[in-house]
Amino acid sequence: MTIKEIAEKINGRVICGEEKLSEVIEFAFSSDLMSDVLKVDRENILLITGLANLQTIRTSEMSDINCIVFARNKKINSEILSLAEENGMVLIECPHSVFKISGELYNAGINPLY
Amino acid sequence: MQYRFKIAGGDFSNAGTVASSVKKILRQLNIDHGVSKRIVIALYEAEVNVVAHAYSGIVEIDIDNEKLRVTITDQGPGIPDIPKAMEEGFSTASPQVREMGFGAGMGLSNIKRNCDILNITSEPGAGTNVEMITYLKPDAR
Repeated sequence: MTIKEIAEKINGRVICGEEKLSEVIEFAFSSDLMSDVLKVDRENILLITGLANLQTIRTSEMSDINCIVFARNKKINSEILSLAEENGMVLIECPHSVFKISGELYNAGINPLY
Repeated sequence: MQYRFKIAGGDFSNAGTVASSVKKILRQLNIDHGVSKRIVIALYEAEVNVVAHAYSGIVEIDIDNEKLRVTITDQGPGIPDIPKAMEEGFSTASPQVREMGFGAGMGLSNIKRNCDILNITSEPGAGTNVEMITYLKPDAR
């Protein structure tokens, strides 16, 4: 699926990285624990998380993750936004739970890692 | 080549800036992407540990043709029982660290997995010294 299709499917609002909406994503990982995200060895995945802070962006930078969905209506502050823009990431805010977002995207054909 | 960085203990908003800088350096040096990723993930976890537990720390990076050595020396409480600290799931992290998305007792095992040689020495009440060596050629491990 393209990032644009992903955002539409989950009723998400793209906060930054609009120029990358046509990029295709095949795998996703849901976690609020950044050490678990750092264990993922596949690149170009979608991260679904309820953790909205600078370490979410830093962790994604180290893990080469370029697209993050923030669940449960977590809001992105300007500090997070600016670090994400610096790293060329797509950030999506979404009102749904991690469970619902994961279920919707799994049904739509996005693959799990494990 | 040698590089040196400082880490301020408790400065949560800057945790990861050293790993980020090193990632950019390794890209400029054309280091294999998989090798570079292991180095920056190990360094990032170690940097978070210093921010979370120590008062301050110094990161020294030493790169030659064969390997990259990271040495992190911190002033802090130290680790009284290193084998215990290496156990996955063991953590002494504060609620603040857990709010950052860490503190589940996985940092040291993530570090160990992502470097080829890991040496940790610590003096309780004084500080901890972490040495991580990673070979730059993927098949040299």
